[in-house]
Formats: sequence, structure tokens, C-alpha cells
Amino acid sequence: MTSPTQAATAQADNPGPDAESLSKEQTAGSGGQLAGRSPGQLMWLRFKRDRVGVISAFVVIFFFLIAALAPVVSWLYGKDPYTLYGQEQYELLDEFGFPAGPNGGISSEFWFGIEPELGRDVFMQLLYGMRTSLYTALPVTILMVVTGVLIGLVGGYFGGKVDYWIGRVTDFMMALPSQLTLIAAMPVVVAVFVSPVDETPVYVRASAIIVVLWLLGWMGMARLVRSQALTLREREFVEAAKVSGASPWRIIRKELLPNLVTPILVQATYMLPATILSVAFLSFVGVGYVEPTPDWGRMFRTAAKIYQDNPTYMFFPGIAMVIFVVAFNLLGDSVRDAFDPKSGR
Amino acid sequence: MFKFLIRRSVGAFVILILISAFTFAMFFAIPQDPALLACGKNCTPQNLAIIHENLGLDKPITAQYWEFMKGIVAGRDFAVGHCDAPCFGVSFNDDRFVWDTIIDRLPLTLSLTVGGLVIFLTLGLGAGMIAARNKGTFVDKAFSSASLVLSSMQIYFLGPIVLGLLVYSTGWLSSPKYVPITENPVAWFVGLLIPWFVMSLIFTANYTRMSRSTLIEQMQEDHVRTAKAKGMSEKYVFFRYAWRGSLTPIVTILGIDLGALLGGAIVTELTFSLAGVGRLAVESVLYKDLPLTMGVMLVSAAFILLCNLVVDAVYGFIDPRVRLS
Repeated sequence: MTSPTQAATAQADNPGPDAESLSKEQTAGSGGQLAGRSPGQLMWLRFKRDRVGVISAFVVIFFFLIAALAPVVSWLYGKDPYTLYGQEQYELLDEFGFPAGPNGGISSEFWFGIEPELGRDVFMQLLYGMRTSLYTALPVTILMVVTGVLIGLVGGYFGGKVDYWIGRVTDFMMALPSQLTLIAAMPVVVAVFVSPVDETPVYVRASAIIVVLWLLGWMGMARLVRSQALTLREREFVEAAKVSGASPWRIIRKELLPNLVTPILVQATYMLPATILSVAFLSFVGVGYVEPTPDWGRMFRTAAKIYQDNPTYMFFPGIAMVIFVVAFNLLGDSVRDAFDPKSGR
Repeated sequence: MFKFLIRRSVGAFVILILISAFTFAMFFAIPQDPALLACGKNCTPQNLAIIHENLGLDKPITAQYWEFMKGIVAGRDFAVGHCDAPCFGVSFNDDRFVWDTIIDRLPLTLSLTVGGLVIFLTLGLGAGMIAARNKGTFVDKAFSSASLVLSSMQIYFLGPIVLGLLVYSTGWLSSPKYVPITENPVAWFVGLLIPWFVMSLIFTANYTRMSRSTLIEQMQEDHVRTAKAKGMSEKYVFFRYAWRGSLTPIVTILGIDLGALLGGAIVTELTFSLAGVGRLAVESVLYKDLPLTMGVMLVSAAFILLCNLVVDAVYGFIDPRVRLS
């Protein structure tokens, strides 16, 4: 988990001397002609040279792709995450409900083995589980970023009383025991959507998870943006815009935001994997997604219960999650370094 | 220093009152009848009426909140009997007083978090120091990559693996269980060994990275260079100057992580089937036991705020500038 302070130090003070020397070095190689490059182009150049960053970017894209293309994979593979194969083909599970084959029933037909008891396909469970996780975490991250940026900008730009009260609310939200509040808030938010007497449909659960994570997760971004906006507010170009009669909205949009893109983007790359872990946490604990929705966290919940008898089931989701989170964190570091070479390790 | 602590305590108290109001509002001010939420799927009108009476739902919400807060300070009378001073109400499921249930479960969570804290601070700061001293060498790289992978591990993944290695297949240790320290300190220590390490390894990584980077930063500070130039011993400069200076940012993230530590305790208790407050919180939510959930939330919020006060005091002690702000 990355604290906002870490990303705050990663703030690009616009391409400094390093960037200039880099662009000179680049152009010197290509015929000694000086070419103007935008900060975005410079960032891209630096990023392309970072081997670790490029590899982790590919890994991350791969994860997103297979999650998005899960139905296609399912069609090619010929199985889906809901069919109880173990109940159809009795030879797959033994009398205790565990996979009959070795290594959790891994075979050419079931690549990652089969789930104990219910006998679903683990490979499909994993793919669709990732899909659920990513599809939940992506909107949450976007909502958190937008909310955090808006609140931070308003507080940082207007200052004074507005900033004071926004700051107090942020402090208060941060003082809540976060994970405990997440768990406790889940049934409450579900109850806002449906009466507790009725069955909870999957989309209501998904929306509740999104709402809860969103409402309890925007504070880090708000703090970061606020502190950056506070320093930017005093800069000459903002003053110039003010003197020439620009409205606050225009100043925020045209003067502040472009300068804040870097820290926001870097922070967001750290927020997404953290959100995925939070979604998994909720499902693991038992208040997030429930049967039969395939989900990463739910797989861990099942796996932890049966680990002693069938350790293979834990293997694939565990490895997949570690690879994904490591790749995302490395990508975040690379993006930060590319934007601001000074902050390098 | 004293004034600084007073100011912080008042602030913490105000936040605690606000958290109690927030929690109360969250459960009792949502559009639906909270009794219905508590009653569950097979709700009969009688049950509903009983819950209504127990919660005092016929009164206005401010009066209910007042009753609740009064109960915490002065105790309260219920159908099941008198509930003594820190009274958080009566559980829906087993008619026990919430405070008693929490007190029963608290020692385990306290042992778990405090022990975990000690381990991850020692391991994290130690590894960070070693990495910083050997900056750029193989040792540094090994520590950094290990911490990256470890920080991406989750308790619910690492826990079963460790259990599989040390308990199920080799039998070197027995399954984690909690024995009160007052009963048998050795059994207490051995029983919690695996949960402690699994829980703290996740946090260790963060502290290794943090203490490494701040130490390297500190080593380049002017006063450290001057001390070295004066001919002070390498070791003395490292510990007295650089290390001390690197503590401030670490104490800062420690304050933020205290809440996360509680979250870690929830997952750890679930992974190793230990019955602590974290598990209690989850169970209370799953069984829709509102008073219990509220009690756990308030007690943990109070606990975290208290720890934050301690962190603040330490902060004021190691960095005198903080006292003035």
C-alpha cells in the first residue's frame, strides 16, 4: 500500500534540468538537431527505456485482456464458471468431494484442476473471478480519483473556511478504522438498495461494494491534490489568470489541473491494485461477493477452508494475484520515475 | 509537551464522539427500519416488536443516541438485567452484554496486534538498515525485491502456505491457538508464533522500503556529512544522526497503519480460526447483530485513537518541531 506522501514526493516539478539533458542526449543521437518535445513525449521516451516498467505494463495489459476476453476464452476452452462438472461426471470427485485426480484434478481437460465439492472448473473460476475483481475495482478507482480530485481542488484552491471544513471531514473519515468500517457498512448500503427480507441480486451487491469502497477511499487522493493545489495557487501563472479575470472554474480547469495530472496519475496507479485487494478482502471476509458469483476473494475464502486437504486450489488464484499486484506496483514506480526522474531510486 | 498532549487528547475525544454519532446514524438513520435489518429473512411480527422495544425505536433518533451515550458513561437497564458502566447494549443473538463479549475477545486481538507490531517494526527497520548500509550491493537488491514480493502477498494466501509447511506436512509446530498469557506464557508465545509472523511479514515490507529510503536520504544530509568529516565513528554517526532522523516519517506511517493493523488482525483471525475481536466484528455483521457491530467499531476506534495519541507523543518526543505546530 502506498501512502499519499510517497506519491507526493513524486510530484513532477515539470521537466527540470534532467529532462532537458535527456532530450538533448536523445536528439544528439539522431543527427544533432534540437527538437522540441512535450512533457508527455519525454515521459513516454523515459518510460520506454525502463525495461522493468515495460514488462510490468505488458503483464498488467495481459491481465486486463484475459479478464475482458473471458467469455471468448470460455468459448474456446469449452467450459464456463457456473457448470458443476463434478456433479455431471462422477469420476471427477472422490467420495469426500475432493478432486479424484492428482494435484487437485489437473488434467488436459481441466487445466487448473476442479473445485472441491461443487466441481467447477478452476481455470474458468479464476478468469471470471479476475473479471469480477477488475470490473469492480476499475469504477471504484475512477470514482475515488474524481471525488478526491474535486474535493482536493476545491479545498486547496479556495482555502479559508471551505478548506478548513473539508479538511476536518477528511480527517474524520481517515480516523475511522477503515477495514472494519468497510465490513460494517456493507449490509447498511445493501439495505439502502433492497429490503433485507428479499434476496440480494448480484448487481446490488456489486453496486454496494462500489459505493462503500468509494465513500471510504477518496481521502488520500483529496489530501494529495489539496496539498499540491495549495502550492500551485501561489504561483505567478495562476495570479496572472486571476488578474486577467478568469473564473475560478476556468483557473481550476485550465491552470491547476494540467499541473496536477502527474501526481494524480501516479497515485491512481497505486490505488487500483489496492482497491482490487480491498474487493478481495470483502469477499474473503464474507460480506462481498457470494456464491455463485466467481470472484478472486471468494476463491481465497473457499481455499482457506479446504487448504489442509486440497492445497492446489489456493495455488492459482494466489500466484495470479501476487503477479498482478507486483506488476502493478512496479508499473506505478516506473510511471512515477518516467514523470519525474529526480525521484528515482 | 504537556500542552501539546492535552490539545491532541481533546481532538481525539471530539473525533471519537463524532465517530459514535456517525456509526449510530449509519445504522439507525437509513431509510429502512433497522429492526428489519436485525430481524433477518424469517422475520415474524413478534420478533420485530421485541427488537423495536429493545432498540427503543419508537423514540426520536436524538433521544436514542442520548440513551446510548448515557449507557456508555452511566450504565443502562435492559429487560435482561442491569448493564454496567461501559454499556454498549445487548447483543441480538445471545442476549449478552456487548461489552462483556468484547472484553472476552480482546486479549487475543491485543496479543496479536501488539506482538505483530513488535515483530514487523524490528524486522522492517532492521532490514531497512541493513539494506541502506549495503546500498547498491546484492544484499540491498535481495532485500528490496523480497520486500516487493512480500508486500504483494496477502495474509489469506501466505497463511495457509506457512501452515502447510510448518504444521500439516512437517508437524514442527501445532496449529495456532490462543492461550492467555496469564495461564501459560510459553504456550501463549508458541501458539501465536505463526499468526504473528504471517501478519507482520505483510507489513514488514513497507517498513523495509520506507526505512531504507529515508536512511539513504538522511545519510546525504549536511549534518551527517559534517559529523563524518569531524572523524566521528561510522557507527556512531549512523545510529545517532542518520537513524534518529529517519524515524520521523516512519512514525508517521505507523500512525496511519494502526487502523490497517486491525484490518490485518481481522484477516489473520479468520485465516487461522482464532476467536478475537476481528472475527467478532465479521460475525456480528454476517449475523446482523447491530449493537455488537457498533460496540466493536467504537471500541476499536477508541483504541486506534489512543494508539495515535501515543504515536503523537512519540512524535513530539523525537521531533521537537511538532510540539509547536
